[in-house]
Amino acid sequence: MSKNLVIPIGPQHPSLKEPACFTITLEGEKVIEADIGIGYNHRGIEKSCESRNYYQALYIIERVCGICSHSHSTCYLSGVEKLAGVEIPRRAAFIRTIFGELERLHSHLLWLGVAGHEIGFDTLFMYTWRDRELVLDILAMLCGNRVNYGINTLGGVRRDLEPQHIDDIRRMCAKIEERNNYYVNLALSDATLAARLSGVGMLSKEDALKYGAVGPVLRASGVKSDTRRNDPYLIYPEIPFDVITYDSCDVFGRVVVRVLEINESIKIIRYCLDNMPDGDIIAKMPRKIPAGEVVSRYEAPRGEDVHFIKANGTDIPERVKVRAPSEANWHSMAHMLKGDYLADTPIIIAAIDPCYSCTDRAITLNNAAGSKRTDWEAIRKHGIEFYRNKGVDVSRILLPEKINY
Amino acid sequence: MEFFQMLVFPGLIFLSVYSFALEYFDRIVYARLQNRQGPPWYQPIADFFKLLGKEVIVPASVSKLWFKLLPVFAYAANLAAFLYIPLTSANSLYPFSGDLIVVLYLLTIPTLCFFLAGYISEGVYSGLGAVRALTQLFAYEVPLFMALLAPAILADSWSFAGISAYYSAHPIMMLVNIPAFIIAIIAAQGKLERTPFDAPEAETEIVAGAFTEYSGKLLALFRFTVDAELVVVASLLAAVFLPFYASNFIISFILYLLKTVFIVFILAVFKGLMARLRIEQIVAFCWKWLIGIGLLQIVLNVIIKGAF
Repeated sequence: MSKNLVIPIGPQHPSLKEPACFTITLEGEKVIEADIGIGYNHRGIEKSCESRNYYQALYIIERVCGICSHSHSTCYLSGVEKLAGVEIPRRAAFIRTIFGELERLHSHLLWLGVAGHEIGFDTLFMYTWRDRELVLDILAMLCGNRVNYGINTLGGVRRDLEPQHIDDIRRMCAKIEERNNYYVNLALSDATLAARLSGVGMLSKEDALKYGAVGPVLRASGVKSDTRRNDPYLIYPEIPFDVITYDSCDVFGRVVVRVLEINESIKIIRYCLDNMPDGDIIAKMPRKIPAGEVVSRYEAPRGEDVHFIKANGTDIPERVKVRAPSEANWHSMAHMLKGDYLADTPIIIAAIDPCYSCTDRAITLNNAAGSKRTDWEAIRKHGIEFYRNKGVDVSRILLPEKINY
Repeated sequence: MEFFQMLVFPGLIFLSVYSFALEYFDRIVYARLQNRQGPPWYQPIADFFKLLGKEVIVPASVSKLWFKLLPVFAYAANLAAFLYIPLTSANSLYPFSGDLIVVLYLLTIPTLCFFLAGYISEGVYSGLGAVRALTQLFAYEVPLFMALLAPAILADSWSFAGISAYYSAHPIMMLVNIPAFIIAIIAAQGKLERTPFDAPEAETEIVAGAFTEYSGKLLALFRFTVDAELVVVASLLAAVFLPFYASNFIISFILYLLKTVFIVFILAVFKGLMARLRIEQIVAFCWKWLIGIGLLQIVLNVIIKGAF
């Protein structure tokens, strides 16, 4: 082709589960430039936390992500509990860990299926999603919900594990382990998988560190980095587990890291079940959190999750800042896409396990003066105007009085 | 009588009914391989009629005539090819020496129609799908021809009747063509644009490839063409590689169904077990391996023909 072809992947495209726009410039079938446009899913979560008390904000935070809901709420809570100077009961920490690892199990299985679908291997997709149901059933049994568990609360957890639950979890672990060993074999031996994934989406160790990649993407580039090991929280300091790394630096490595991490998660869950102490599951929390700032870190299934919380002595947080793991991984995306085939674009995008709505944080509006900053009042006016033009009047919706612009 | 044959059996109506039936079979096998329930038997027909009822949108800048004619062309070529393939006896409806070549020629037309349909749609996805369809044509066409002509060389005839006559006289010779059969099955996956050779319509990359701009009745006709192609290719492989027939019509018909269902079963298993290859991997694979083995098969058949 003499002229370079520009292909838009998104905002609506079958390979994307949420809207984002990748503008791919092609030379033949090769990508020579990739431009990433995100921000279609901004929901104003951080702002809405600032007008709610710590308990209400917890439920907002839990909905940052549909998959790593427990990660975000645990990350937020450990920050708030640190500010309040409250230590959660040991049994609560065990339960939180179990939920965190169950979440990692179903997140990784989900990702494996999505990856299979992106390379046209729908059988893998159907198999892993079938197995993921086992984990979701356990989660539904433990807390009544499949994805937004609502198990966390300030000072501990809301529900205890019953002895019969423990047996069910063990049975599920055995099944998942058996099936996952099959996937490990498949990943390491299947010829078409290797043909499609090896050497695709290369991100060298240096580049991974330069672009600030996190989680399985970073570990697949050979960097031994895991918040559960680097900066342990809950009961991770005492749990024996391996940090899985792989040094092929490509999408294939990311598959291997994730399937092996499933086995590590099962190991961690078993350790928790074996060593579960008795006792309370919730500690008393003060209603008002003393003024201060805290940064808390958590290893979500997709990588390191960072929350910053600023308290001002009232029962309402002054600022909650969420740095979701996908956000850290976006920066290396354009680099990974360049030089590969168009056919590999969906799997390279999927390989960081992107979560678009976790990532979209802020919006910048250009006002008439050409300045890039717009205050809250102007944004609100713009929003009302925007929806009025579409025939919806939102100006009569009242805001909580707490917000002073 | 001739009109009846063209319209009902082995013509249009049989082809339509059987293509729905084979699509159902293909989908249910694929579903069971994936541990799914699969569709009910009427699902392909329901899908077809639902699409017929949908609005047809023709892009503004596209030649309306060609946009509407191409699906008809593609289907007509399939039907014409089908009329020349023998189903229940050694002779097709209009047997002549060289009908094998005509069928192969007619079978190329649907792929060219897909290419043209994508090309005139003027969308980026359909354009890329069209280019990929054509690239893939160059990849699988040569091995498919080699694989189908190798048995003909051994039988010393370019007609289905001649092939059938030779192999019913020397049934053991059918075993010689097993490598060619395998090549033909793999190349047929490319012909039918099925996994692992479904790059021209890879939904996660280029939406629906050449058919992206098509909708409603026209898309229904294209889907129907793809289903009919499955029947035609399965019948063709059956006629070339399994050319034995019974004298009784009913038994022969059942035999035909078994042969085609067997071939579609193999195709469905392939589809379930593989990931999609990239277009350049497809071309490399076809030219490196399939053509190499195809050449060996032809050489082998020439030697055997000379020796016996």
